[in-house]
Amino acid sequence: MKVLVPVKRVIDYNVKVRVKPDQTGVDLANVKMSMNPFDEISVEEAVRMKEAGTATEVVIVSIGPQQAQETIRTALAMGGDRGILIKTDETVEPLAVAKLLAKVVEEENPDLVLLGKQAIDDDSNQTGQMLAALLDWPQGTFAYKLEKDGDALTVTREVDGGLQTLKLTTPAIVTVDLRLNEPRYASLPNIMKAKKKPIDEKAPGDYGVDIAPRLSVVKVTEPPVREAGEKVEDVATLVSKLKAAGAI
Amino acid sequence: MAVLVIAEHDNASLNDATHKVVTAAAKFGGDVDVLVAGEGAGDVASAAGKISGVRKVLHADGASVAKQVAEAMEALVVPLMDGYDAVFIPATTMGKNIGPRIAAKLDVMQLSDITDVIDTDTFERPIYAGNAILTVKSSDAKKVITVRGTAFDAASEDGSASVESVDAPAGPFKSEFVSEQMVKSDRPELAGAKRVVSGGRALGSKEEFDRLIVPLADKLEAAVGASRAAVDAGYAPNDYQVGQTGKIVAPELYVAVGISGAIQHLAGMKDSKIIVAINKDEEAPIFQVADYGLVADLFVAVPELTEAL
Repeated sequence: MKVLVPVKRVIDYNVKVRVKPDQTGVDLANVKMSMNPFDEISVEEAVRMKEAGTATEVVIVSIGPQQAQETIRTALAMGGDRGILIKTDETVEPLAVAKLLAKVVEEENPDLVLLGKQAIDDDSNQTGQMLAALLDWPQGTFAYKLEKDGDALTVTREVDGGLQTLKLTTPAIVTVDLRLNEPRYASLPNIMKAKKKPIDEKAPGDYGVDIAPRLSVVKVTEPPVREAGEKVEDVATLVSKLKAAGAI
Repeated sequence: MAVLVIAEHDNASLNDATHKVVTAAAKFGGDVDVLVAGEGAGDVASAAGKISGVRKVLHADGASVAKQVAEAMEALVVPLMDGYDAVFIPATTMGKNIGPRIAAKLDVMQLSDITDVIDTDTFERPIYAGNAILTVKSSDAKKVITVRGTAFDAASEDGSASVESVDAPAGPFKSEFVSEQMVKSDRPELAGAKRVVSGGRALGSKEEFDRLIVPLADKLEAAVGASRAAVDAGYAPNDYQVGQTGKIVAPELYVAVGISGAIQHLAGMKDSKIIVAINKDEEAPIFQVADYGLVADLFVAVPELTEAL
């Protein structure tokens, strides 16, 4: 089966985010950027499927600025076969991303699109579900386990209260959760090899998709700061403080 | 103006998350109807009718929506939206799963995990793991919104709305429910608990997690939570994870045991009223948000605390 894996370039998960003083957004100048951690998990899963012989080709796609090419290269170094960069400097909302991806799906005809469940920048958790709706494909979100079962896919999902297992016809959309796998680090030889793998460069206009945003930022502000409290000496003091505060 | 709220439930009882979403929907304004989609969920529909401020309950009863799989919920909700200006959905795994699917079908951008309603176009939501708060204005005619439960009080229960039947969509759908493994527990549910005791990687094993965290939670009548590291290590089930991409909690009392306090964990609990941290590393970031910090060996301090309560 052919697998399409969309990846997003986001602020590195270890970076402490700073809100711009003019409240227009967060400061991304000179900040370390990386592949969205959930997307690393989806790349890893696709590559494992290829290694196991269930996937025939792994195509990586990213929508973003020129530097998103580096994110695609990282995914190719992990084992992806080729890449597609849809280049734009605009902010592309999940609905527009899903519309662009739907066009890529039309061209590429994958049997499975594997996405991260959410990007850690805008925390929207929307793109996979939207893509499934636009294509009228089944969706298995928040995957904990993914197995091929003949022509179908069995997806075990992380849900409130436990785990839920669904059977999806293919083609299908699966979004991955944290426990699906542990992504590999690309080896140096594979990083070198990835430099030779092809990346197609496109623009949103090539797909005839309107990416004009539906949402506008009114302001971005700092959350209320929580002050550190006090250190207590011992358990007895802790208990009396909690009693005094009415917490117990 | 009218708003549709999608109820969170397990066919047997109505989840409190629904009451919170009704509060958010009431702030948006207009008539508020609640959709209960399930199988044999008549009691849930009656319970939804008791929520204050609800105009009517729509009850869809059928096997296709028994587990609220996304494809069936899309088929149910999208046609209903002709009569509504907005749909408000709890930001639970159910809501996160179906909301964007409904939004894309309506060709609107969903507003995820909102924490406030400013006006009928403008909403507040956390981004970057809660390290920034975005106020955002939508130009879409219809709104599809998921609501962060901890940001709204639960609506009270002095209503008496009527229950109206709507047809559950006929299957089959491209996805099929196979099975579920639910963690059985008599404890309060994590997302809505008044008190939470969470354990981290420092516990070292599932045995120690069970031996130390569980009795403390029992004493406090608290829900049990965990850090991502503890869940990844298998000390606690997946849905115990508190954090940016797990459960968001805001209890009266949050006790963090052996949790260092990564940004992603803080994102899930920093709105708790009182935070207690027990950690032997006095430099641990968790102490920067804790009201009461105890620098101590948790293997000594936790049994002592359990004993003292």
